[in-house]
Amino acid sequence: MIEVRQVTKRYGSKTAVDGLSFVVKPGEVTGFLGPNGAGKSTTMRLIVGLDAPTSGTALVNGRRYAEFRSPLHEVGVLLEARSVHPGRTAVSHLMSLARTNSIPRSRVDEVIRLAGLDAVAGKRVGGFSLGMGQRLGIAAALLGDPAVVMLDEPVNGLDPEGVAWVRTLLARLASEGRTVLLSSHLMSEISLIANHLVIIGRGRLLADTSVDALTAQTSGEGVRVCTGDVGRLRSVLTGPDVTVTSTGAEDLLVSGLNARRIGKLAAEHGIALYELTPQSVSLEQAFMNLTRDEVEYTSAFQEIAR
Amino acid sequence: MSAIAAAEGRKSRPAYRLTARGIIAGEWTKFWSLRSSWITTAVSILLLIAIGVIAAAAYTPGAIGRGGRVEGGRDAVTLALAGTTLAALAAGVLGVLLAAGEYSTGMIRSTLTAVPTRLPVLWAKSLTAGGVTFVLVTIGALVSFLLGAPLLHNGVVKAGLGDQGVLRALVGAGLYLGLVAVFGVGLGALLRSSAGGIALIAVLLLILPGLVTLLPDSWSDTIGPYLPGTAGGAVMELHPSGGDLGPWAGLAVFAGYVAVVLAGAAWRLAKTDV
Repeated sequence: MIEVRQVTKRYGSKTAVDGLSFVVKPGEVTGFLGPNGAGKSTTMRLIVGLDAPTSGTALVNGRRYAEFRSPLHEVGVLLEARSVHPGRTAVSHLMSLARTNSIPRSRVDEVIRLAGLDAVAGKRVGGFSLGMGQRLGIAAALLGDPAVVMLDEPVNGLDPEGVAWVRTLLARLASEGRTVLLSSHLMSEISLIANHLVIIGRGRLLADTSVDALTAQTSGEGVRVCTGDVGRLRSVLTGPDVTVTSTGAEDLLVSGLNARRIGKLAAEHGIALYELTPQSVSLEQAFMNLTRDEVEYTSAFQEIAR
Repeated sequence: MSAIAAAEGRKSRPAYRLTARGIIAGEWTKFWSLRSSWITTAVSILLLIAIGVIAAAAYTPGAIGRGGRVEGGRDAVTLALAGTTLAALAAGVLGVLLAAGEYSTGMIRSTLTAVPTRLPVLWAKSLTAGGVTFVLVTIGALVSFLLGAPLLHNGVVKAGLGDQGVLRALVGAGLYLGLVAVFGVGLGALLRSSAGGIALIAVLLLILPGLVTLLPDSWSDTIGPYLPGTAGGAVMELHPSGGDLGPWAGLAVFAGYVAVVLAGAAWRLAKTDV
């Protein structure tokens, strides 16, 4: 369980995190979303005490991270910024961290295997590809068999096999009862893995919701119906809140009735339907709508397109 | 709930605990897993031995030195330890690289996630760098002295290991250079920059004594003995020269400088974001 309470972090005159509060629960994967510069990485750094909040508190299982006697057993974190000396081998890097927390060599070998680093374990980290570096970072995060796992943009630089591996891994960690927080600026990536979403923009909370709730909230844009008998179908689909608009020769967009009800009505009247599709805004679109005004770096193209 | 059962199952694993011993072991692993550590320690010891032996073999008392002064009075210990100035620089660079390298590479973030109490990292790093340097330099000084002894020219004040002050001077070289390595760790952690730390070490140990001699005599005579290098070096002198501090007093003054720098580094480590 991670509790972020009214946390504000300023660097000079720039406010990176602004009165942010949210809770990350165990047993599920929570997606931490926001455009670049929204304050995701800063928030993660605040949770493990690398940075101190200007005000507010960030707690892990009810305590400040620095108070833990078994820090690596409590929280495992992969930071976005490089956190490895390139002159060390993967094994030496992991061993130097493991020994501080009395973690045996056998566990280091375990996470090396788990992360698929066997072949490069004895190589210097400086020569690693981005994907290998990410795997090493994830191995380091899992070193202490942590109750809370926080990964900042873990799939960056991973090949498709690596991305699939991360997804499976996170789902398993959550099913084991761990708290999993996963940041990304890509809704498409997060929606495949996460059950819950914390969305921030410019350091402020924009949404704290489940993926299902966000999907439900963003649907309700009507149902697309195709039929050869548009006229008869129109006469059947009536009601106080029902609106039917024609979008093509055989296409209707119906709002106020759900797909189930429309299908039933059509069947009762013997009207053949070729297509019956609930229209929903994609999660990606919902995310864009939420964060549109909070984007730190808008590209010139978007500015012109608007 | 299966989630709770799983969480409890997880807790049944052996507790991985943060311990002082573990933090030192971690720094020990870090130390020996970097090429720069091997290179700087090796350079430090080789310089010490090579310059010491060469000095012992080459030094002829009564020769005309710089400024037309007749050199004399060099003893076996002074010659054996002729390489300490350069070896000290290597030891200081070692310390700076160990500490500042954490910041330049980002390793510090991993380190402080593993050890969120922070300060023990600085102490463990100082202990490792200082301890390794002390042991190796002490051995190097003894080797230099023993190898150089048979090569000494006639007229050099000879000395045996058992003579008064000889062992103190040789072990003192280990103590002084060990403290220099810790000084480097402190400067590296304080400045968080390898280049800055190395430059400052070089200025403090090598350049400052030269600059002070440019001051009027009354000033340089007063300040000179208290400069970091001069004070720390006093412990290596068999027969302290007139103006210098006594061996232990000098080492204590240098330890004071080290303590001040470490305190500053500790303050910055404890109080600031990384």
